[in-house]
Amino acid sequence: MTISTTTPGRAAVRPPQGWLRFAAPQQFYPLAGQLAPWFAALAALLAAAGLYIGFFVAPTDFQQGEVYRVIFIHVPAAWMSMFIYLIMAFWSAVGLVMNTRLSFIVSQALAPTGAMFCFVALWTGALWGKPTWGAYWVWDARLTSQLLLLFLYFGFIALTRAIEDPRRADRAGAVLALVGAVNVPIIYFSVQWWNTLHQGASVSIAKAPSMATIMLVGMLLMALAAWMYSIAVALWRVRALILERERHTEWVGAVLEAEAKAAGGVR
Amino acid sequence: MLSTFLAILRRDLLLSWRGRADLLVTLAFFVVVVCLFPFGVGAEPNQLRAIAPGVLWVAALLASLLALHRLFAQDHADGTLEQLLLSSEPAVLWVLAKIAAFWLTTGLPLVIAAPALALLFDLEQSALPVLTLSLALGTPILALLGAVGAALTLGVRGGGMLLALLVLPLYVPVLIFGAGAVDAHLGGTGAKAQLLLLGGGLAGALALAPWACASALRIAME
Amino acid sequence: MLQATDLACLKGDRLLFRGLALTLGPGEMLRVAGPNGVGKTSLLRLLTGLTQPEAGEVSWHGTALRRSREDFHRALLYLGHSAALNDLLTPLENLHFACAAAGDADVDEEACMQALVRIGLARQLDLPARVLSQGQRRRVGLARLFLSFHRPLWILDEPFTALDVDAVADLAATLSDHCAAGGTVVLTTHQEAPFARAPQVLNLGAYAC
Repeated sequence: MTISTTTPGRAAVRPPQGWLRFAAPQQFYPLAGQLAPWFAALAALLAAAGLYIGFFVAPTDFQQGEVYRVIFIHVPAAWMSMFIYLIMAFWSAVGLVMNTRLSFIVSQALAPTGAMFCFVALWTGALWGKPTWGAYWVWDARLTSQLLLLFLYFGFIALTRAIEDPRRADRAGAVLALVGAVNVPIIYFSVQWWNTLHQGASVSIAKAPSMATIMLVGMLLMALAAWMYSIAVALWRVRALILERERHTEWVGAVLEAEAKAAGGVR
Repeated sequence: MLSTFLAILRRDLLLSWRGRADLLVTLAFFVVVVCLFPFGVGAEPNQLRAIAPGVLWVAALLASLLALHRLFAQDHADGTLEQLLLSSEPAVLWVLAKIAAFWLTTGLPLVIAAPALALLFDLEQSALPVLTLSLALGTPILALLGAVGAALTLGVRGGGMLLALLVLPLYVPVLIFGAGAVDAHLGGTGAKAQLLLLGGGLAGALALAPWACASALRIAME
Repeated sequence: MLQATDLACLKGDRLLFRGLALTLGPGEMLRVAGPNGVGKTSLLRLLTGLTQPEAGEVSWHGTALRRSREDFHRALLYLGHSAALNDLLTPLENLHFACAAAGDADVDEEACMQALVRIGLARQLDLPARVLSQGQRRRVGLARLFLSFHRPLWILDEPFTALDVDAVADLAATLSDHCAAGGTVVLTTHQEAPFARAPQVLNLGAYAC
C-alpha cells in the first residue's frame, strides 16, 4: 500500500485555454463585471426607443383603443419569461453533464429575472383584461399557463434556497428545472384543451388585430431591451453568487480588498 | 433483476401492512376532504353533481400528496437508502419497485373508495366506471411525479410545504384530463380521448420519472 | 485494487482534506485514523462512490468509479454509521432484504439465519428490530459480512462501536481472515482490536486543511 500527498502536483494541472477558460468562476467574475454595464446601457437605450414608439408614435387601435398599448410591455415580458426557463433548463443540463459549477450558477442567477418577467406579464395581462374582458382575471389559456410557469419558477427558487449544501442545491435545482422543462409543453397543451372545453376568450391578448408595422417595431425593440436587461442583471447576480460561493478562496479575498481600496479612493 | 424488484416490493408492502394505521389516515383524509365540500358550497343536488368529478379528483390529489413524504423518509433516516444506492442492480429498478409499492398502498385505496364517495354527490351511475378508470390511470402518474419531488426535498428543512410547491403545478395536466374524462362522459362526448391521454401520460411518466427520481436520490445522499 | 489520486473533499463550504493519494491491493487492511470531524466518514463515502470528490479520482482496478459503477458495487460491501435496520422488521427479514437489495439474490433465508446465529443473535431472530439493544443492532448489520466473502472490498465505518470484548475479537478475526483470503478492508475505529496482522494506518489529520 502507498499513501502520499501530492499537493505540489496540483499546480501541474493546466488551466483550459481559449474561451473555455471563462468556465472557471475566477475567470468569469471580471469578464462579467466588464460586460454587464454595456448590456445595461443597451437595455436602457432600447427600452427608451421602444417605449417612445409604443406610447407616442404607434397609432391608436380602432378596436381596443389605447388599452392595447400594454402589449409593448406584456408580450416581451411573456416571451422573456418562457425563454428564460428554457435557458435555465439548458444550463442545468450542461451543468449536470459537464459538471461545470458556473452553469448551475448561471441558471440560478436567471431564475429571479424569469419570475419577475412572469409576474409582469400576469400583472399587465390583468390590467388589460379589466377593460377588455370586464374582469381582471379570466381563466384564459395563456394567462393560466403563465401562472403555472410562475409557480414553477417559485418552486425552483425555493428549492435551491432551502438546501444548505451548495453542491446539492445546484444539482437538485438542475434536475427540477429539467423536469419542469419537460412538463411545460404538457401543461401548456393541457391548459389549452381545458380552456377550449370550458370557455373561449374571444380576444386574446397577444393577437392585437391588424398589427401595424410600427407596432411590431416597437414590440421587437422592447423584446430586445428585455433580453439585454436579463443578461445584464444575470451577469451581476452571477458575480454576487460567485463571491458568495468562493468566499473562502484566496482570489476572492484579493478581489474584495482591491474593490474596497478603489471605493475608498473615490471617497 | 426481477427478484430484486420483487424483494423490494414485498418488503415495502410488508412494512405498510405492519404500519397500516398510516394508510388509514391517508384514506380518512380523502373521505373527510370530500365531505367538506357540501358544507362549503351548499347541498343543492344539481350543483353537487356538477362539481363531483373535480372535488373527487382534487381530494385524491391532495391525499396522495400528503402521503408522499413517507416514500423515502424512513429509508433515508435508517441508512437503507445508502445501501440501495450501492446496489449492483440498476437504481431505476428499485426506485420503480418502491413507487409501485407506494401506489398500491396509497393510490389504490383512493381508486377503490372514490366510486362510493361519488354516490354522496349523486354522480350518475354510468359515470362511476369512468371515474374509477381515470383515477386508476391518473394516480400512478401522481405517484411517479411526486416521487421525484420527494427525492429532491429529502431531508430539506420545510420539506413538506416545499414538496407541495414543487409538485402541484406538475399535477395540473393530470387533474385536467382526469376530472375532464368524467365531465366529458357526463357531457355526452365520451371520455375516450382523455383516458387515452392519461394512458399516454402514464407511459411517459413510467419511462422518465424513475430515472429522474434515481438521480435526485443520488444527489440527495451526497 | 482500489486507488485514489489527488483526492480533495469539500463538505458544505469547508475543505476537509486535499492531496490525498492511496493504493490498496489484495490482502491489505487500512485503518483510517484521526480526531473527530477530520473527515473519516467523508473519506469512506468518497471511496464507495456515494459522494463525488471535489478534486481527484477514485478508481477500481484502473477504471474510474464513474465508469464502472456496477462492477464496483458488485465487489463492494459498505457498512455505514447507521445499521440500515427497519424497526418494524425482524433481524432475519432485515438481513434477507439487505442481501437481496444489494444484488445477492441467491442468498436464501437459511443462510441469513446461519449468519445471525453465527454472530450471536439466535434468540432474537423473530423479534422486531426496535426492541434490540445498540450492540445487537450493530450485529445484525455485521452479519452481512458472513454472507459477503465473495465481495473483495469491505469498507466499514466504526464496526466495533457498541460491541462487547468477545464480539470485537471475533470481528477482528473475521476481518483478518478476509484479508488473508485476498480481500481488502478499509475501516475507521477508535478502539484497538486484536488483528492477526496490524493494519496500516492512514492518519487523516495530516492532510487536513
